Amino acid sequence: MQVRCFSLRVLFATFALAAILFAVPQSSAQFSGNRASSESALSIPQSQLIQADVLNRMVMVGGVQKPVVLQVGSHLMYSQAHIAGAMYAGPGSEASGLRSLRNTVMPMPRNKFIVLYCGCCPWNHCPNVGPAYKTLHDLGFTHVKVLYLANNFGDDWVNKGYRVERGQ
Amino acid sequence: MNGASRQAGLAKWAMTAITWRKAWRPAVENRARAALLLVLVLAAGWLHAAPAPVSVVHKHAPLFARKDLSGKPVALRAYRGKVVLLNFWATWCGPCLVELPRFAAWQTQYGPDGLQVIAVSMDDGQAPVRTLAGKLRLDFPVLMGDARLGSMYGGVLGLPVTYLIDRNGTVRARIEGESDLKVMESEIRQLLARR
Repeated sequence: MQVRCFSLRVLFATFALAAILFAVPQSSAQFSGNRASSESALSIPQSQLIQADVLNRMVMVGGVQKPVVLQVGSHLMYSQAHIAGAMYAGPGSEASGLRSLRNTVMPMPRNKFIVLYCGCCPWNHCPNVGPAYKTLHDLGFTHVKVLYLANNFGDDWVNKGYRVERGQ
Repeated sequence: MNGASRQAGLAKWAMTAITWRKAWRPAVENRARAALLLVLVLAAGWLHAAPAPVSVVHKHAPLFARKDLSGKPVALRAYRGKVVLLNFWATWCGPCLVELPRFAAWQTQYGPDGLQVIAVSMDDGQAPVRTLAGKLRLDFPVLMGDARLGSMYGGVLGLPVTYLIDRNGTVRARIEGESDLKVMESEIRQLLARR
């Protein structure tokens, strides 16, 4: 009787331990999933972000350091104002936008320096840069940075007096 | 003798002038061409470069007339005498989707006191706007924005952006990004209280 009782305790303890071991990573994954899904701007590694003042210097100076700058947000926003020399590549949150992005970058060498940006809304809400970054990463591009715009393009680029152009 | 000498002097002066003109004309012309080219380049740059954003706060709200999603004409001028909440939004903008249902509730609550919400979508296409407006049952004009309308309001280069316009048609506030809706509601109440 004692042996049976002991076995039941061991069995219960094993189940409890297993439940704890499996539950911890699952809740952790859920937490990180909510905060930084593969589609979110928060999923982009910090090391792959570029600050506005740094990019502005590159755009001004030009030369070999000058990257290809691609806007991956709304076309209406692009036509109001965009980074001087930037090309429109389509919204990263839509399949059609990602197709357009692929078509734009396809002829480029995989080590080409590319900077993606959007600035449609606050960084943690941007639906475009995450998927666009992932697309270039999956295509094998090795030198891709994403412009970090904390609030939006107006506040974090235009209002700082950095170079812009307007039009299609 | 004096006359001949004067004529000779004039002729000499004329020859000098012609020689000088021949010598300098190409240089002057080149300079003029260069200056003209510079002016053209600067003008092209000025025309192409985005203008610095101009704040419309405390100024008369730029007037516009568009058609809403159902094709009904919407003119800002027609709402003079009302407090207008002019909201720029898009279907892909997370914070916008938090605000819109509140604006719909305010339209119902404060509409009889003189509030009018107008929502301008900055989406590139109408289809998702129609779907969302129907889903949220937005009971106020929803229109499609464009670059010109954005520029009129100082550039809508990030969403959401909301303007509060008083009964006289003056812009009283520009609220950008994730807003504190309690503060915005309080501002609306103050504007509604002013007759």
